[in-house]
Amino acid sequence: MTERLTRNQLARLVAQDIPSGAYVNLGIGQPTLVSDYLTPSQNVTLHTENGMLGMGPAAEGDELDEDLINAGKIPVTELPGASYFHHADSFGMMRGGHLDVCVLGAFQVSVAGDLANWHTGDPNDIPAVGGAMDLAIGAKDVFVMMNLLTRDGRSKLVEACTYPLTGVGCVTRIFTDMAVLLVTPDGIRVRDTYGCTFEELLRLVDLPLLAPERESMLKA
Amino acid sequence: MLTIHDDVDEAVSEITDGAIVLIGGFGKAGQPIELIEALLRRGSRNLTVVSNNAGNGTVGLAALIGAGRVAKIICSFPRQSDSELFDAKFRAAEIELELVPQGNLAERIRAAGSGIGGFFTPTGYGTMLAAGKETRMIDGRGFVLESPIRADFALIKALKADGVGNLVYRKTARNFGPIMASAAAHTIVQVSELVETGGLDPENVVTPGIFVNSVVVVPAQITSNGSTEVAR
Repeated sequence: MTERLTRNQLARLVAQDIPSGAYVNLGIGQPTLVSDYLTPSQNVTLHTENGMLGMGPAAEGDELDEDLINAGKIPVTELPGASYFHHADSFGMMRGGHLDVCVLGAFQVSVAGDLANWHTGDPNDIPAVGGAMDLAIGAKDVFVMMNLLTRDGRSKLVEACTYPLTGVGCVTRIFTDMAVLLVTPDGIRVRDTYGCTFEELLRLVDLPLLAPERESMLKA
Repeated sequence: MLTIHDDVDEAVSEITDGAIVLIGGFGKAGQPIELIEALLRRGSRNLTVVSNNAGNGTVGLAALIGAGRVAKIICSFPRQSDSELFDAKFRAAEIELELVPQGNLAERIRAAGSGIGGFFTPTGYGTMLAAGKETRMIDGRGFVLESPIRADFALIKALKADGVGNLVYRKTARNFGPIMASAAAHTIVQVSELVETGGLDPENVVTPGIFVNSVVVVPAQITSNGSTEVAR
């Protein structure tokens, strides 16, 4: 049996699932790790919501430029072929379905693919949504990257989200440290498990899941 | 008709109490800090500010909020690691917050500038940010009716203007500038450089001068990497 995935192994797995030539938006936080595992032969173009395609790695030293930042307000670099555009165009790219993949973190994902990732619902928290709702409903494929369980051992894959929703029925694939899950019209199908068996996974999430298809297990 | 102002205080001198003001920038990139600080000196109160964030640190929009001049802010991402001045006002219930998904914020501004009376967007459908709003199913998908955000003034930052107010921007500092310029009755732009009319390639103009009313030069320090960090 394989081990549970580390954050970096998970990022590598997500990167491997991004089709070559894709236009991709990586959300703030854990999803930014994915860029470390994209290979040049994949020829992926990164989009940042604040108005750029062709975003390069984080800026260092002399490259630092206050006018060139990513969605997390971290200084970045531009790659050959980069372009800049205003916010309405940038979000038109999302909403208009021009991005192939976005990768987002999550508090919870429901079996129907609903996403909760912007607000805990705690009245003491100051809410901030940014581009999360636009990304969730915009990209052709919405990949979620998260630990399967909360710190106190509860499943973040749920029958219905209890945190405020970011988007309805928008998630297509869920990458966790213990399983990769596909959101299908028939329900959630397990593609692979890590550090647990399918039966153990069922007990952990306490939800009906479709068993892995043998072919995909062999391919993986 | 474009007015070229000698200083930022003169540029913001028509902003009255209660005005709705669009303020450009994403974080600090593209934030017209000198214009905002001139607005702070002018003392206008009870402002409604529309901006992506609610200020960073203690300068610009953060200072305006901290001084209690902003009654309401319409933004997408107020809470940041350095938004303590906004956070304090919000927790003290001294500022009203209208939280808008970033793409809806941008499109509501764009709609105002292009004469659109409202639009149906899938963003936010089924979430608490669409609560109470009109919805419609279009081709089997849920949409939410959103309204334009028109403003009295826009304060934005660009790299260069020419003598008729055509603008070019720099890298991701462009962000909300072009759409905000179109959505306000009076658009005030701080630029690093004013060039002669004809000095910008018409093919490369990003904001045509028709959207710009006032320009003021705020000299920038050109750093070794070409960044236009403003001297402060």
